[in-house]
Amino acid sequence: MKAIIFAEHRNGQIRKITFENMTLAKSLGLSFDVVVVGHQVQSVERDLGAYGATTVTVLDDPALTRYSPDVYTRVMADAVKNSGAEIVLMGATSTGKDLAPRLSVLLNAALATDCTKVELSGNELQVTRPMYAGKVLAKIRLSSAIKVLTVRPNVYGARENQSAATVNKISPSLVDARTVVSEIVAGAKGKLDVTEADIIVSGGRGMKGPENWHLIEKLAEKLGAATGASRAAVDAGWRSHDEQVGQTGKTVSPTLYIAVGISGAIQHLAGMSSSKYIVAINKDAEAPIFKVADYGIVADLFEIVPRMIDELK
Amino acid sequence: MNIAVCIKQVPDTETRIKLSEDRSRVVEDDINFIMNPYDEFAVEEALKLQEKNGGEVTYISLGPDRVSSALRSALAMGGDKAIHIKTDKVPEDPQVTAQALTAVLKETSYDLVLLGKQAIDDDHAQMPSLLAEKLGWPAVTVVVKLMVENGRVKAEREIDGAHEIVESSLPAIIGTQRGLNEPRYASLKGIMRAKKIQIEERTLTLQPSSLSVAGFEFPPAKQAGKIVGKDASAVPELLRLLHEEAKVI
Ligand SMILES: Cc1cc2nc3c(=O)[nH]c(=O)nc-3n(C[C@H](O)[C@H](O)[C@H](O)COP(=O)(O)OP(=O)(O)OC[C@H]3O[C@@H](n4cnc5c(N)ncnc54)[C@H](O)[C@@H]3O)c2cc1C
Ligand SMILES: Nc1ncnc2c1ncn2[C@@H]1O[C@H](COP(=O)(O)O)[C@@H](O)[C@H]1O
Repeated sequence: MKAIIFAEHRNGQIRKITFENMTLAKSLGLSFDVVVVGHQVQSVERDLGAYGATTVTVLDDPALTRYSPDVYTRVMADAVKNSGAEIVLMGATSTGKDLAPRLSVLLNAALATDCTKVELSGNELQVTRPMYAGKVLAKIRLSSAIKVLTVRPNVYGARENQSAATVNKISPSLVDARTVVSEIVAGAKGKLDVTEADIIVSGGRGMKGPENWHLIEKLAEKLGAATGASRAAVDAGWRSHDEQVGQTGKTVSPTLYIAVGISGAIQHLAGMSSSKYIVAINKDAEAPIFKVADYGIVADLFEIVPRMIDELK
Repeated sequence: MNIAVCIKQVPDTETRIKLSEDRSRVVEDDINFIMNPYDEFAVEEALKLQEKNGGEVTYISLGPDRVSSALRSALAMGGDKAIHIKTDKVPEDPQVTAQALTAVLKETSYDLVLLGKQAIDDDHAQMPSLLAEKLGWPAVTVVVKLMVENGRVKAEREIDGAHEIVESSLPAIIGTQRGLNEPRYASLKGIMRAKKIQIEERTLTLQPSSLSVAGFEFPPAKQAGKIVGKDASAVPELLRLLHEEAKVI
């Protein structure tokens, strides 16, 4: 069986989820093509080759520089049909989430989003996807001729696997876009998104106010981590909602999640309890966060966090 | 301006999910159902647009009998009509739901269809994009700011690491994200008014699906770990554990 992997890129660089999906395809014993839709994406051959790509199709056009739903959907649908692939792998990223459902309609394909496990036995494709922000896992079978999956970033690692990639550059035929991006409001420069971070430092109401968030940011910086927040901190207007972790925020599964001044309400736990290691810093020994934490310190965060920053120097 | 809002009814976020003995389904018996929290942003935005531009707001929900109460909650906030597409249960495959919603949306000429960005039960996050292709309309997903003027939409959407401003013509589909607005509370008067509105009921033949749920399981339970200490002197030990035992820093 053959897969086709949609290469994600940002600022001209291939993103890690692409390598993760290549590693996944390889582990399932699938042959795969990689498709790069964009304009002047850099180091395609070197980067994709390093993770085992042999056939790379680059659909290059200035109109493809940024993700545009109408244009990308048609271009990708053609690429899938031309490749003869039966499985389409994308990342459960902002682009993948928007594109995958559209593609599934055009290809008459079954679609499973945000998969954390993909299994193939014979010709049967079964995936596992969390529901209720991770309170349960559903096992889903897809039986259409073409199947589309978005895979959660950070779940399958990316394993290097040097190979020589043949790159076919194609000028695709394009349709007009009905939605046009008129402006990009950049996030804080170099800010790591919680959904793709290996380490997250999150603050809650215990932080007392936005003026203390430099502690969270400093600790995150020392650890190369992204910063997150509880809904209490977001509702208070201390942090923007794209940092919110939980059932009505983002679901994350980093290797390390440090919860600072967060009580661990069920809605918060739903979004982060699948983290590999959880550290809780809270002055209340009874806080429910300690029920899921691997390591805890029961003390005033204003003593602990500065000390952590110091010790990490 | 005529606006449709698609509303899903979901278990309240406090719910502890229970599975049937054979783990083939989620047990609904003790669940307190609410309107999907993201759909509240869609309702609020529709009502704000109606206050400005006039026209009608119609709510549509697909599901079993119980979902009519989610439609009533929306009507209690405001709006004019509600359509309940009656099914035995909520389909496991969002494509099936999308097909049925599309059929009903095509009956009326709407300028705008608003949906939540994601339902917090199944967490598919597919419907706005599915409807875009099925209706053949432009769509903007994960919207945190919306302006509709002179037949055009200007929306700010969240993407990984940034926001983008997207413009499009009408009719259009909008997927709403937290941050868009503060949903209003239903007034007593609104609740009384909602009770008097007749919910239209539909039955449709649902399309077959090539997706099925083979079963559910619970994620491995996390064991409570160790309390490393009760003051700042525990910090070096914590960092040592993270470095040497967990090997994560
Ligand atoms: C529909 C709905 C959806 C929701 N979705 C989410 C969601 O997605 N994400 C989410 O996070 N929540 C969500 N919630 C809210 C959730 O129920 C909690 O209210 C919220 O998570 C609490 O945030 P918190 O832990 O920061 O605050 P609190 O519960 O107030 O906890 C603060 C903690 O800080 C500790 N503390 C205080 N001072 C110090 C100090 N000096 N040193 C150390 N510790 C200190 C306290 O002991 C306490 O445990 C949702 C709620 C509803 C109803
Ligand atoms: N059964 C349904 N009836 C009406 N609207 C729905 C239904 N399922 C999903 N939606 C809408 O689609 C949005 C996204 O849902 P989903 O793609 O299932 O995560 C929801 O917030 C609702 O607005």
